[in-house]
Amino acid sequence: MARYFTDEHEWIDLEGDLATVGITDYAQEQLGDIVFVELPEVGSNVDKGGEAAVVESVKAASDVYAPITGEVMEANAALEEDPALVNTSPEEEGWFFRMTVADKSELDGLMDAKAYKAFCDEL
Amino acid sequence: MSDTDTQDLAKLPLDAWHRAQGARMVPFAGYEMPIQYTGPSGGIVAEHNWTRESASLFDVSHMGQLVISGEGATEALEALVPGKLSSLKPGNIRYTLLLNEDGGILDDLMVTNMSREDVEEFYLVVNGATKWDDIAHLREHLPDEITMNHLDGRGLVALQGPKAAEALETVFPGVAERLVFMQGTGFEWRGDMIGVARCGYTGEDGFEINISASHIEQLAEALVADDRVRPAGLGARDSLRLEAGLPLYGHDLTVETDPVSADLTFALTKSRRETGGWMGHGRIAQALMSGPETKRVGLKIEGRMPAREGALVYIGDAEIGRVTSGGFSPTLGYPIAMAYIAREQAIEGTEVEIEVRNKRLPATVVPMPFVPHRYYRGK
Repeated sequence: MARYFTDEHEWIDLEGDLATVGITDYAQEQLGDIVFVELPEVGSNVDKGGEAAVVESVKAASDVYAPITGEVMEANAALEEDPALVNTSPEEEGWFFRMTVADKSELDGLMDAKAYKAFCDEL
Repeated sequence: MSDTDTQDLAKLPLDAWHRAQGARMVPFAGYEMPIQYTGPSGGIVAEHNWTRESASLFDVSHMGQLVISGEGATEALEALVPGKLSSLKPGNIRYTLLLNEDGGILDDLMVTNMSREDVEEFYLVVNGATKWDDIAHLREHLPDEITMNHLDGRGLVALQGPKAAEALETVFPGVAERLVFMQGTGFEWRGDMIGVARCGYTGEDGFEINISASHIEQLAEALVADDRVRPAGLGARDSLRLEAGLPLYGHDLTVETDPVSADLTFALTKSRRETGGWMGHGRIAQALMSGPETKRVGLKIEGRMPAREGALVYIGDAEIGRVTSGGFSPTLGYPIAMAYIAREQAIEGTEVEIEVRNKRLPATVVPMPFVPHRYYRGK
């Protein structure tokens, strides 16, 4: 399994042809207490850089962009019951959705864990 | 994340202290302000809940503190606000409004009568974002012989929560005992003159303490040394005041809103509604008689998705209003909002829909406050 990161603070786990997407620990820390997550509908198509989800903290709503192009296959139902999973386990249990990968070359421009850490340290 | 240039922002007297406490600072009202703190007890929800359970220390030094004094100050100030000040006893506080000629709200403020035997004097606390406009408005309309001092170098902190009184007693013995809700007093502490008012904007019992910039850090340290007290940021202050049903200037109150539609008629002293003699009276007397077109109401939203400022309110296809503040209520566990909606529908129990990102959220008009106030009015 390979993990990639975007400069919009999403992470992507690639397992075979399926990608799991969430937001990073850095992102959840910046957002604060998360009270609601609006997830994309299963079967919908998302485009790289397009709006895919919305995270509502106590204070404000923030868009989450699709890191790659593909079709949404599954949304994390656990987040409906407990949106705070994004705060407590952002990079594991608090995943947002699973999607197909239409074009693997889109992954080329993304960061690995080390590069992402260096990127955050600069912010 | 914010890209706002922080170079032009002013620093609070407690700036370094906030940073040492782990505050996340954001630009607000021309200052770098703590929005929340980091660490195990930090975060908006934790700070919010701690305020409801124990006591929190908020820095509100960005707010404007003004002293208006001189012979005839009472009358001069009464000409600019709808609240009666001539009947306000020394040491008592009143919530009132600065209005323009059209009855539009320029600001909402707290006025304390600080008059002594032969001096008429009032202490005003106004909003941070509007303080410079307020000062200009007051200078323009107060007679020349009335003096106005802007206490620009002084800080203001608010200690809020059910344990605020016990905690404050350990630093200023006897002070909590001397005051009930909407009363203020002055006294000396470590060589500095301090003002303490029993009020705040969270719906809880609490105090606002006006103190010199040179003593404010000592006070903050003395207060958080008490296990009952933790620092809290602007984020929690906003969610607390929303639950308390208290309008926020710049959001729920603007120059476009008047006190009648804002449901603030309690701030229009009854005897002065008819006699007038205050700026904006003409338009407001009319609104009182005919009723406002829209009214500020509370909305309880179904589900967990909050509606934010600007979201439109509908009944069927008819747009009937607009949300002016909204968020998730940590105390209640569901989203709440304030909105201005058409007067005919501004009735408890009315079912409406709020449009958020092309979805309709069902909501109901409910009475405010959403969470009951717990002010201390005496035994």
